[in-house]
Amino acid sequence: MLDRLLSHEPKPGILGWLLTTDHKRIALLYFWSIITAFILGGIFALLIRLELFFPGKTIVDPDLYNRIFTLHGVIMVFMVIVPAIPAILGNYLIPLMIGARDVAFPKLNLLSYYIYLLGAIIILSSVLFGAVDTGWTFYTPYSIKTGGGVLIALFGVFVIGFSSILTGLNFIVTIHRLRAPGLSWGKLPLFIWASYATSLMNVIATPVIGITLLMLILEKLFGVGFFDPTKGGDPIMFQHFFWFYSHPVVYIMILPAMGIISEIIAVHSRKKIFGYWAMAAAIFGIAFIGFIVWAHHMFTSGMSDVARWIFSFLTFFVAVPTGVKMFNWVATLYKGSIRLTTPMLYAISFLFLFSIGGLTGLWLATISTDVYLHDTYFVVAHFHYVMVGGAITALFGGLFHWFPKITGRMYSEFWGRLSAIFVFIGFNLTFFPQFLLGMQGMPRRYWDYLPEFTLLNQISTIGAFSIALGALISLITLFVYWKKGEKVGDNPWKGATLEWQTSSPPPYYNFKEIPHVEHGPYDFEIFRKKEKEQV
Amino acid sequence: MIWMLNLFPKITSSYGKEVDNVFWFIFWISLIFFLIVQVAMFYFIFKYRNRREEEVSDIEGNNLLEITWTVIPTIILIVIFFYGVYVFDNFQRRPPANAIEIKAYAYQWWWQFEYPNGYKIRDTLIVPVNKPIKLIMTSNDVIHSFYVRNFRIKEDLVPGRYTWTWFKATEPGIYDIQCAEYCGTLHSKMIGYVKVISLEEYNAWLASLSKEMDLSALSPVERGAKIFQNKGCSACHSVDGSRMVGPTFKGLYGRDAEVVVGGKEERIKSDENYIRESILNPNAKIVKGYPAIMPSYQGQLSEDEILSLIEYIKTLK
Repeated sequence: MLDRLLSHEPKPGILGWLLTTDHKRIALLYFWSIITAFILGGIFALLIRLELFFPGKTIVDPDLYNRIFTLHGVIMVFMVIVPAIPAILGNYLIPLMIGARDVAFPKLNLLSYYIYLLGAIIILSSVLFGAVDTGWTFYTPYSIKTGGGVLIALFGVFVIGFSSILTGLNFIVTIHRLRAPGLSWGKLPLFIWASYATSLMNVIATPVIGITLLMLILEKLFGVGFFDPTKGGDPIMFQHFFWFYSHPVVYIMILPAMGIISEIIAVHSRKKIFGYWAMAAAIFGIAFIGFIVWAHHMFTSGMSDVARWIFSFLTFFVAVPTGVKMFNWVATLYKGSIRLTTPMLYAISFLFLFSIGGLTGLWLATISTDVYLHDTYFVVAHFHYVMVGGAITALFGGLFHWFPKITGRMYSEFWGRLSAIFVFIGFNLTFFPQFLLGMQGMPRRYWDYLPEFTLLNQISTIGAFSIALGALISLITLFVYWKKGEKVGDNPWKGATLEWQTSSPPPYYNFKEIPHVEHGPYDFEIFRKKEKEQV
Repeated sequence: MIWMLNLFPKITSSYGKEVDNVFWFIFWISLIFFLIVQVAMFYFIFKYRNRREEEVSDIEGNNLLEITWTVIPTIILIVIFFYGVYVFDNFQRRPPANAIEIKAYAYQWWWQFEYPNGYKIRDTLIVPVNKPIKLIMTSNDVIHSFYVRNFRIKEDLVPGRYTWTWFKATEPGIYDIQCAEYCGTLHSKMIGYVKVISLEEYNAWLASLSKEMDLSALSPVERGAKIFQNKGCSACHSVDGSRMVGPTFKGLYGRDAEVVVGGKEERIKSDENYIRESILNPNAKIVKGYPAIMPSYQGQLSEDEILSLIEYIKTLK
C-alpha cells in the first residue's frame, strides 16, 4: 500500500505534495518550512534588539530574555541556516545541474524532510516543558542544572541532525552516480562541488553532535556524570565535543553559500569563473581545515596553553583558501559584462559583508586578541557577518537567481533590488556597531548593559528593523510574482549549466531526454557563437 | 589618530598595551586587504557593467596571480600568528614569580575573593597598584568568566578545576569585573569591581583586617551584619524595604508571609525556623511574587553563623 503511495508517479492534489518523491516538490516543502522557521527566528531577533534598546528592562525580564536569545540561536542555526541552502536549493538544483531525473534515493529524500519537520516540531514544543535558556551552545554544567525543556530541545536537535546526514548521503551518491553522460568532474558547476563537500561534512560531523546531545540527555535524565564535575565529569569535554561539530557546521553553512555566489557571479558577469580548479580545491581546503580548528572557541576556557596556540596556528590556515575564493571572485568580474540584477546585488553584498566577516576572524584566531574579544559583542558581530551576511545573503540571492527556473516567471527587479539594498544597509547598521560594542567590552548574552553602550545598541536595534523590512519586501516579492510575474521562457539569464537547458519550470522528470554534456558550466561563448550564427 | 583612542576602554594594566598593539597590527593588514578587494570589486563593477557580450574576455585564470595570492597571505597569516603567541606567551601567561596569589570563586551571580591571610571579600577585589596579582580561580556552580576590560584579561572559572590569570594594575581606580560566560538569569548583573589602591593603603587595609576577621569578639548582631555583607545576602536582599531580586529583610522577622509551597499559596508566620529553612533550602517556600532562584547555603554557613544572621535580621524593623 505505502509503496504504491510513494511510487515515483505524480499524484493528484494534496497527496501529490505530502507524499511526493519529486526532489523539486520536496525542495519546495523545505522552502515553506524553513521560511516559516526563519520568520519565527527573525521575530525573536527583533525582540532581542527591542529589549536592548535601553539598559535595564525594556520589554522583558532577564529569564524571558535568556529564553528568547536561546530560541533565536537554536532556530536560526539548526532549523534555518544549516538546512536552508542544501535542502531548498540543493534539493531543487543538484539533479537538474547534473542532468539527472531525481536524487539517487527519492524516498529517503522525503523521509529526510519529515525527519526535519519532526525535529523542528520537537524543538519548538520544548518551550511547553519548561525554560530553554542555555543559549544554542548548551554548555555544561548550566544545561544540566537548568529547566526540563532543555531535554526536549536537545532531543529535537538530535532528531533534526538525521535529516542532514540522510540528505548528505543522498547528495553524495547522486553526484557520484547520476551525472549525465559527458559531465566529467571538471565540468561540474561550483555549486555542485560545494554541495558535495558540504554533504561529506554533514555525514562526518553530524553524528558527533548526535552523540554529544545523547550524552547530555543521559546526563540530564540519569546523572551519569560525563560532564558534571560534582559527579567526576568534565564540563570542558562537552565543549570539545560540541565544537567538534559546531565549528565544521560554520562551513556547512557557508560552503553552499559560496557555491551559489560562484554561480551568480559567473552568470551575471557573463564570464568563466577565474581559476575553476583553485575554486574547487579551496572548497575542500576549507572543509578539511574546518575539522581541525574547533578549539579556537575555547581560548579562555582553561584549556592548556599549548593547545591554545596549536589551535590558533591551525585556524589561520582557513583564511588561505577563503582568501583565494575572495580574490578569484573579484578576478572573475574583470573584463566581464556585469548586470546589476537582484541576484548580483545580493552577490556583491555577500562579497562585501563576507570580507568583513572573514577578516574580523583574524582577531579571534590570534590568541592574545581573542582573550580580550572572546564572548563579547565583537564575536556576535563577526559570526553574524559570516552567517547572515554570508549564508543568508547568498540564500536570498540564490532564490532570486533561480526564481525564473522554479516558477517560469520573472520577479520585479525594482522590488528585488530594493530588498537587497534595505538588507545591506540594515545589516551594516545592525552589526557594525556591535564590533565597536565588543571592542569597548560589552559581553554577549547580556540582558542589561553599562549605560555607555546605549547609543550603539540603539543604532543596532534600528538596523535590525531595516533588515526585517528588506527581508519582508523580498519574501513578498517572491510570493507575489510567483503567480503574477511575467512568463520569461526557459533561460532568461542565458545560463550555461544544465538546469537552464530544460523548460522552466522543469517537467516532472526534469529532462525530456538526458542531455549529453559537451561544454563547461560557464562557457558563455556558446551563446555568443549562436547569436553570431543567427546574425 | 585620536579617534582610535576612544574605541577601547582605557588601559590600566601593565600589558594591556601589548594586546592593543596586536589588535592594531591586524587592523592595518586587514584594512589593506579589505581595500584591495573592495576597490577592485567596485571598480570592475563600475567599469564593466552592461558591456556588450562580445567584449567579454575569455580569461580562465592566471597561475602566477593565483600562486601570489595564496603564498603572500599565508606568510602574513603566519606572522600574525607568531606575534599573537609572542604576546600571549611573554605577557599574558607569564606572571612574575613574586605575584600576590589571590583565590577567586564564582557563584551564580557573584564573586568572592580570598586573600593569602584567609580573609574573604565579596564582589570587590582590592589590590595594590603596580604589584602583580595572580588569580587562582574556580567556580562553585556553572562556568563563569572573569573579565576586566581595562586590564584586557579574561579567563573562565570552571567548576571542578582551577584556572588562572594575572595582571598588574598601573593606575589607582575602580574597574568593572563583568562575567563573560553565560551563567543564567542574572548573568548581566554579575558585575564586580577591582579597586586599585596605593601600596600604603593596601597594607593598612590588610592590617585592619586581622581585627575585623576575629568575629568571635563581636556580638551576634554585629556578626550577623558582617555575614550579611560577606556571604552575598546583600546582593539580592535589601535592609531598607526596597525591592531587589529577593524580598527585603526589613521587618522580615515576625511578619505574615504569603508563600508558595509546591505550587500552592500559603500564609505563614516568619519565625526562626522559617528563616533557617529559607537559607538552607530556599526553594521549599517561595515568597509570592519572587522567582525561585536563590542558591542553598547548606555547608557554607555554620549553625552559629545562621543564628547570628537571624539575630541581625530581628533588628531590622
